Amino acid sequence: MGSIRLENVSKSFGEATVIPSLDLDIEDGEFVVFVGPSGCGKSTLLRLIAGLEDVSGGRILIDGNEVTDTPPAKRRLAMVFQSYALYPHMSVRGNIAFPLKMAGEDKAVIDKKVGDAARVLNLTDYLDRKPRQLSGGQRQRVAIGRAIVREPTAFLFDEPLSNLDAALRVNMRLEISELHQQLATTMIYVTHDQVEAMTMADKIVVLNAGRIEQVGSPLELYRNPKNLFVAGFIGSPKMNFINGATAKGHDAATIGVRPEHIALSTSEGLWKGTVGVAEHLGSDTFLHISTEGVGNVTARVGGEFSVRHGDTVYLTPEDGKIHRFDADGKAL
Amino acid sequence: MARAISPRRKAFFTLIGWTIGLAIFFPILWTFLTSFKTEGEAIASPPSLLFFDWTTENYSEVQSRSDYFKHAMNSVVISFGSTILGLLIAIPSAWAMAFSPTKRTKDILMWMLSTKMLPPVGVLVPIYLIFRDWNLLDTRLGLTIVMTLINLPIIVWMLYTYFKEIPGDILEAARMDGASLAKEIVYVLAPMAVPGIASTMLLNIILAWNEAFWTLNLSAAKAAPLTAFIASYSSPEGLFWAKLSAASTLAIAPILVLGWFSQRQLVRGLTFGAVK
Repeated sequence: MGSIRLENVSKSFGEATVIPSLDLDIEDGEFVVFVGPSGCGKSTLLRLIAGLEDVSGGRILIDGNEVTDTPPAKRRLAMVFQSYALYPHMSVRGNIAFPLKMAGEDKAVIDKKVGDAARVLNLTDYLDRKPRQLSGGQRQRVAIGRAIVREPTAFLFDEPLSNLDAALRVNMRLEISELHQQLATTMIYVTHDQVEAMTMADKIVVLNAGRIEQVGSPLELYRNPKNLFVAGFIGSPKMNFINGATAKGHDAATIGVRPEHIALSTSEGLWKGTVGVAEHLGSDTFLHISTEGVGNVTARVGGEFSVRHGDTVYLTPEDGKIHRFDADGKAL
Repeated sequence: MARAISPRRKAFFTLIGWTIGLAIFFPILWTFLTSFKTEGEAIASPPSLLFFDWTTENYSEVQSRSDYFKHAMNSVVISFGSTILGLLIAIPSAWAMAFSPTKRTKDILMWMLSTKMLPPVGVLVPIYLIFRDWNLLDTRLGLTIVMTLINLPIIVWMLYTYFKEIPGDILEAARMDGASLAKEIVYVLAPMAVPGIASTMLLNIILAWNEAFWTLNLSAAKAAPLTAFIASYSSPEGLFWAKLSAASTLAIAPILVLGWFSQRQLVRGLTFGAVK
């Protein structure tokens, strides 16, 4: 079991309030991603759940038991840190075995569990190496190994992939997703990367300045963002926001159109614009277009679209895919 | 990245390096050589570097006039004792400041260091009077205490910088892995802190070994360490040059040997954090 419940949880450091009171429910076995820009309080929230920081107010419950004042060692949670936080003086074996040793397990049990974890994570050949002799990806796998051997109620990941290069990141992302499917244990994952959030999460919690902006499945957030912040944060490239007369025409203060929901043509369309930068990725083409009366718009076309800087193009937003927001940024 | 260095340039810098090294080492070498001369040769002008009648009579005379081993034992007790006592106080305090800093931590550190800015002679009279009243004058205990106190700011500072280098994440990871505070210290922190503690210990032993102001002023005969032993040979009258050299050589020999064996540890410790 691994359900986690936050009730009116708040956190201040001295005068500065990092997290004003918030509530959140995490179901057993869910993969929840906390996403938001730097400094939005997502890591702090994770550390509150871990017990590495004390809450300033409110309660935290794990499986219905209050753990607000329980030290981290007793919460039965495992955490993977951005810096990996491996014990530099211990071998890979020693690192993975450490939580079991702390729990006072039998040596035979420890050996078996460490062996199993190493096999799952492809670390069998490295068991006797020290962390400094491993690559970034291997180190992160050791950190994950250390987390899985104790069979915790929930895993906490604090930006675990930020220190890896792009290719490795995609791999590890898949590995962690697979791990979640195998173990079916609750996982809370903190990232500032919305692609990680979209690809891995069952449920995304979008945070901004310590407040929860919206909670929902990746596609819910993509389709029905509650406000401008979520609309702008989820989706890549970013949603286009258009103010002024065009928005008024839709009876809103601001309208938002995702780049992939704009039809492009070289001959006719609703808005006329000039191509600024064209990014040809092969699979997609991203066009940054300066559009008359509308402003700068990014559009995405599948496949190749042969235009260059200075060419004239016509844009037509898809019907029913236009998001409307009021003056306060709330979705209409 | 390797820079191309011409052989001539390399030879030039090697020469400069050796020259500076020898210049620094020269006084010790000179003391050592002088200790084997007769008193007459010791003050001869021009001095002879190697070609003189080598004699060990200074050493036997020094030993018979003033008991070397008694002084050496006092030095060992005072320097090791004050180091252990100092570490017992400094480790918890540096720990607390490094891992649970408050707004005042920096001020406390600065305040501790500021006690080293006061000339020791400024507090000689009160300390002397306290020592007299508490019967600590000329006792090993008294000197150990005063040596602990004067070096404590330096030990705390050094340990503080070492502990600061230990990533907090790793300690938090241990906590998440179910380690109690005691286990966290034994299994995670101590192994990572040992190099820092070891070099602090070495440096402090050396500082305490060579400290002369307090040891000279607060000891007379019973507890006098090697510094007092050397000082007893610096006399305004008579020929004591060679004997002074012999006494100095005897006094620095143990610490030189200790330093030699631990130089790698010491260099690593002193440059810790400077180069990652």
